Amino acid sequence: MRRVREEFLRHREASILVVALGLGLYFVSVTDVFLSYANLVNISQATAPAAIVACGMVLLLVSGEIDLSVGVVAALAPFMMHYAIDFWGVPAIPAVLLAVLTGTLIGFGNGFVTVVLRVPSFVTTLGTFYFVTGVVLTTSHAYPAEIPEPVDGTIGEWLGAAEWAHLGWALVIVVFLHAVLTRTRWGLHTIAVGGNPLGAAEAGVRTARIKIGNFMIAGTLGAFAGVIEAFRIHTIDPNIGGGTGLMFTAVSAAVIGGTALAGGSGTIIGGALGALVLAVLQNGMNLIGISANPYFLILGVAILVSMIANVYLTRLRRAGRT
Amino acid sequence: MTPVLRMERVAKRFGAVTALREVNLTLAAGEVLGLIGDNGAGKSTLVKLLCGFHQPDSGRILLDDEEVTLKSVRQARQLGIDIVYQDLALINELSVYHNMFLGREHVGFARLLSNRRMRRLAREHLETMGVRIPSVDVEVAKLSGGQRQAIAVARSVYSRSRILLLDEPLAAMGAKEGALILDLVRDLKARGEVSIVIIAHNYAQILDVCDRVNLLQHGTITFDKPTAETSLQELTDLVVEEYRRSRTRGDAP
Repeated sequence: MRRVREEFLRHREASILVVALGLGLYFVSVTDVFLSYANLVNISQATAPAAIVACGMVLLLVSGEIDLSVGVVAALAPFMMHYAIDFWGVPAIPAVLLAVLTGTLIGFGNGFVTVVLRVPSFVTTLGTFYFVTGVVLTTSHAYPAEIPEPVDGTIGEWLGAAEWAHLGWALVIVVFLHAVLTRTRWGLHTIAVGGNPLGAAEAGVRTARIKIGNFMIAGTLGAFAGVIEAFRIHTIDPNIGGGTGLMFTAVSAAVIGGTALAGGSGTIIGGALGALVLAVLQNGMNLIGISANPYFLILGVAILVSMIANVYLTRLRRAGRT
Repeated sequence: MTPVLRMERVAKRFGAVTALREVNLTLAAGEVLGLIGDNGAGKSTLVKLLCGFHQPDSGRILLDDEEVTLKSVRQARQLGIDIVYQDLALINELSVYHNMFLGREHVGFARLLSNRRMRRLAREHLETMGVRIPSVDVEVAKLSGGQRQAIAVARSVYSRSRILLLDEPLAAMGAKEGALILDLVRDLKARGEVSIVIIAHNYAQILDVCDRVNLLQHGTITFDKPTAETSLQELTDLVVEEYRRSRTRGDAP
């Protein structure tokens, strides 16, 4: 029994998985619609973008930084695709790549300013957030655009228009980045940089490279999430991330999934499960007819409770009692 | 014995403050040298010159009779000179074996970490060094200060450092913890692969493990004897005498 408990605490994702299953069971018991095919598609499509952005956010948070601009990068990326195809005559696939690489480039900018110019990432990415918001609203005149014709077919299907495309991409990204964080030098160095920057540098970890790289991953995933969302709703919407919505959802998912904002610890799977919990919560409340407003009450409590639990558990672990 | 490390007429100033006036120091191969002295005598500056953190204003540092310029901590480490800090160097969130291999991990298929291999090598290495910990899988945060220090030393030895600088390795440590480190130093001495400079305040412990003692006063070495030829009484008298002299001169102690 003790061993079971130890294993449970060692895998912090376990507690969030229990919460997700508990919520699921509750909603199944109160409404038949919850497990219907259409609703499962809904949940997967609501989970995926947040989970994808959360993966990047987890890496960044573990390395001790944050990116407040991922949400608007998600809004900018599909516009880049639209501009590239409709105004600059770029072919379909290069245009999609360009859209995603825009996120990579913005991530590099964030990383450069944070690491090389030594501006705290909270401030750097706050600046980027407003700047990119300005770029999106100015260039789009704050009007939505249509999905360009050359990508509005097979490419669109693969990139989010198909029912299960979101879930597929999310799973691939989660599995890949989970392996990166737990089984590669990159992941180990990410944890080391977030846990003890000076000690990591002393041991020969290239801290600047790791941090900038993680900013680039976060930016790339933000852009990708924006592209697949655009294909799903079949519109390029300047408010796709709801401004800060997608970013805050991703941070919430990461935090609920057990990632410490102080750096040094966190898991990709935890972040993805956090995104699932948030999606299930919102979807379920919607189904049983509770208005969307108390959702935020619950979200707030969930973040506070999980953070308190996190701090408490860490102290327990440090004390060697688990 | 041949000296592995020598400092010749080394001086270092920080603005108006002369930290080291003229230091001549020799470290023989396999030797354990104890460096004592009052606060402000320049011990930390001396160690920081040796580990490449600061650079001397004048004088020479010789490694195997060859003059070297230690531009950075990393460069000094490449030359085999490593400083072991008590808490700074390890990552609390990582396991013992990941800490042991941080910065030079073994990777295998698809560049994935060879955790099994690193775990085994870490376990073997710690065993041969006589470092006892519950498991190489535990997070470093769960270990005691002495165990952490021992792992930092073990890591340094594993990376083929030839000269270890231990700056106050026994500070803020209980008797049991301190004994652990002293045992480790004794083991290393017996194996004779590394030379060690220990800075400490506790003269009894210095006499216990060191081959030789150097006393640093006002930025220069004023006393240099093998531990076999000196005693706790003599070391204490030296420091007290110096203190009295400085008082009659009106210096700050």
